[in-house]
Amino acid sequence: MASPVQIRVTINGTLHTHEVEPRLLLVHYLREVCGLTGTHVGCETSLCGACTVLVDGKAVKSCTMFAVQADGCALTTIEGLAVNGDLHPVQEGFWERHALQCGYCTPGMVMTAVQLLADRKRPTREEIAHALRGNLCRCTGYTHIIDAVEHAAARR
Amino acid sequence: MSTIVKEKVGYVGRAMKRVEDPRLLKGLATYVDDLRLPGMLHAVVVRSPHAHARVRRVDGAAARALAGVAGVFSGADLNAHCGTVPCAASMPDLKAPKHTVLASDRVYFVGHPVAVVVAATPYAAVDAAEAVQVEYEPLPVVVDAEKALEKGSPLTHPDLGTNVAFTWHLAGGDIDAAFKNADRVVRQRMYHQRLTPMAIEPRGCVASFDRGSGTLTLWTSTQIPHLVRTLLPGMIGIAENKLRVVAPEVGGGFGSKLNLYVEEAICSYLAMRLGAPVKWIERRRENAAATIHGRDQIGDYEVAVSNDGTILGLRNRTIADLGSYLQLLTPAIPTLTGLVLTGSYKIPAVRMDVIGVYTHKMAADAYRGAGRPEATYLIERLMDLVAGETGQDPIELRRRHFPKPQEFPFPTATGLTYDSGDYDAALRKAMELARWDELVGRREARRRDGGLFGIGVSTYVEICGMGPSKAMMAGGWEWGCVRIEMSAKVTVITGATPHGQGQETSFAQIAADRLGVPIDDIVVLHGDTSIAHYGRDTYGSRATAVGGGALVMCIDRVVDKAKRLAAHLLGARPEQVEFQEGRFSLKGGAGRDLGWTDLAAEAYVAKNLPAGFEPGLEASAFFEPENFTFPFGTHICAVDLDRETGKVTIVKYVAVDDCGNQMNPLLIEGQLQGGIAQSIGQALFERTVYDENGQLLTGEFTDYALPRAEDIPEYAMGATVTPTTANPLGVKGVGEAGTIGATPAIANAVIDALRPLGVKHLDMPLTPEKIWRAINRR
Repeated sequence: MASPVQIRVTINGTLHTHEVEPRLLLVHYLREVCGLTGTHVGCETSLCGACTVLVDGKAVKSCTMFAVQADGCALTTIEGLAVNGDLHPVQEGFWERHALQCGYCTPGMVMTAVQLLADRKRPTREEIAHALRGNLCRCTGYTHIIDAVEHAAARR
Repeated sequence: MSTIVKEKVGYVGRAMKRVEDPRLLKGLATYVDDLRLPGMLHAVVVRSPHAHARVRRVDGAAARALAGVAGVFSGADLNAHCGTVPCAASMPDLKAPKHTVLASDRVYFVGHPVAVVVAATPYAAVDAAEAVQVEYEPLPVVVDAEKALEKGSPLTHPDLGTNVAFTWHLAGGDIDAAFKNADRVVRQRMYHQRLTPMAIEPRGCVASFDRGSGTLTLWTSTQIPHLVRTLLPGMIGIAENKLRVVAPEVGGGFGSKLNLYVEEAICSYLAMRLGAPVKWIERRRENAAATIHGRDQIGDYEVAVSNDGTILGLRNRTIADLGSYLQLLTPAIPTLTGLVLTGSYKIPAVRMDVIGVYTHKMAADAYRGAGRPEATYLIERLMDLVAGETGQDPIELRRRHFPKPQEFPFPTATGLTYDSGDYDAALRKAMELARWDELVGRREARRRDGGLFGIGVSTYVEICGMGPSKAMMAGGWEWGCVRIEMSAKVTVITGATPHGQGQETSFAQIAADRLGVPIDDIVVLHGDTSIAHYGRDTYGSRATAVGGGALVMCIDRVVDKAKRLAAHLLGARPEQVEFQEGRFSLKGGAGRDLGWTDLAAEAYVAKNLPAGFEPGLEASAFFEPENFTFPFGTHICAVDLDRETGKVTIVKYVAVDDCGNQMNPLLIEGQLQGGIAQSIGQALFERTVYDENGQLLTGEFTDYALPRAEDIPEYAMGATVTPTTANPLGVKGVGEAGTIGATPAIANAVIDALRPLGVKHLDMPLTPEKIWRAINRR
């Protein structure tokens, strides 16, 4: 087994320093080492998007990135989105429009939508659906999720 | 997007956002994989890569030698300590293979558990699992249920001597006379493909044994913690009252978590044996291979029709591909198909012969709709086929066979009694929302231009609110408890186990209205057998229909008790006390009134109670429904097909659903849209595929095509409201309506688009390739 590597990662504004196995996936680092269990594992093959986090502002599937690759990066996870307990507009939109049922895909959906709205001020419904193509939801049928992202875009 | 909001004071009927959501949105919910216990070990299951093989040797020596490994166990180690997996369904001639937790000397499907490895960390457990050496001798495989019935076919379980698990018959009315008197018989062979439920959270569990008290706690991603508590003791020998089962936050079920699985028994047993908590988290490939599948029925269907287009009878022979083992409800699913086979129509005679067949695949069981999507698809396809062959309008054919509203309760030839309905009202409303004439005009115009445009209709009815105990294996009641705390906060406990459906919100709405308390004062608890002592959990669209009945009973009992206390405190008789909007006062309005705060304090301080009055303000109840409920509706779908690629574009989708009284229209809309999306998946994309060697080709999201956001059309949604009499809320249930009503509307639309080319039927999924081949006759 390869020897541990030291990494320094800023997560939700706080600097973390850890020794990790080189093969440790970023999502497992977040969940098991940092205790941030809001980021979920749905497939481990980058297909479902439940593990999506922001790495230097870009939505990334943390199941197909190693923790060592995040060395020196600034990460935002679902836990870091609400400020002083106030929901982020995307979280607010999801709540208002009933865009979640079981909630398992939700953190990844929300993070992907956050990046979309950082790139596009008022995306169309088609653009929202396209942006979410890498995130699977089995409960909602997506319509309310698209409504939620529209709602968030309009509220900013 | 239309959200139906009833004008009404109070919470019920309002599209309220959910109280569940903040914890889920902030990443603060606790799913089973989020649990961490001191000293917790991690289990990984070693699974068979063969569909049928003799297990010659399981060698765990190399795995045991790895750092952090706590144990490697094969069937020889565990099967004597863990009993067999239970099946709650029974037929007189049912032949059941012995379903041990790990393979004994043979494996029967790809993914069959052969060994389990337990280690200090998840990564160490995966490493160790890869170091387990298993020697297999491959054996002949059968994966096609029809071939499994042929003479000389390999046997799934050679020791059973046959691939036939059971036969089952349903007969009502005079089917022979119907076919004798028929002027015409419409025939179609139809295949209802195998599907993989694919909840985004895979399964998982954590078991922890408290040596001091001898109590085992099992946290498991399940829809049925109460049934697990009933059934698991039979596998691992613990007393029911020493077992606590908790369904924490559960990331989707759709029937796939309506089961007791081997991993739950293995982790429970190993936690006791090893004296440490044991966690097992399913990976996606395991979820595709070793969590139950759904559907998979093939049959020949015949409809007896008279010259005037009246349907006289319906008969079929259905082969249900069960896979290799019986899970909890495996044999029961095709029987549900039989019960609603006549759909929303007056069809006086019916006969269904089901043959349940074993093949070398994962067990089929309840996937959202469970038997009813099959029935609805069959009858709705057949209605279109009959219309086509008899030259009738598909709408008018359906309409003339509807029972009229005054004919309810309506007895069917299959032996059910439909509670209430106005099927034509839902149809009319859907046609209105679809702008029917305009839509038909658009189809004709597209056809004139050489386009392939089709309209499909489904006027479905389903069977929900499972159900009266007499019709259910393990009781069909639901339990609940309502407690006015000493502080006058209200705790509602339900034996239902919501996992996304939102009863923490809708039950609070119901309780707030009926108790006259602010909704924020209510907490709804569920899913922990140490809190919700009894329950029959969430499946079959039953939580509000049956669990809501228990809730209403509890509220009525608490209010009655509070009235007696109020009468005592007001110096009056109970019948003189009036309860309105949370206040107890004397009829006629004289004198002071009392609220819950006053009564709760008195009830628990217990210094000034009427004679014989039990302290406290709490009531529990078991609600037994008198019948199933029968939601219904009309879905209309219009599609445009691309001639070059065969791609289907849904250009219009209308859904009018009647689920009885609506507690929260926003949640209902969510349930319907989610179900319709799964129908779109089934109709157009999804199919579980095994090759001829029994290898699972759809073992990942790469190969199993779940619908994505871009695949979903805009909907026009509406409702009619026809309350049921089967429960005090008049609700019918809505969890499965989308998967039941929508699939045939989509399929019918695609076939209608291909009708000008002479296509009468195609089996789902209606993939671009299949459509392209139909267009190009290849």
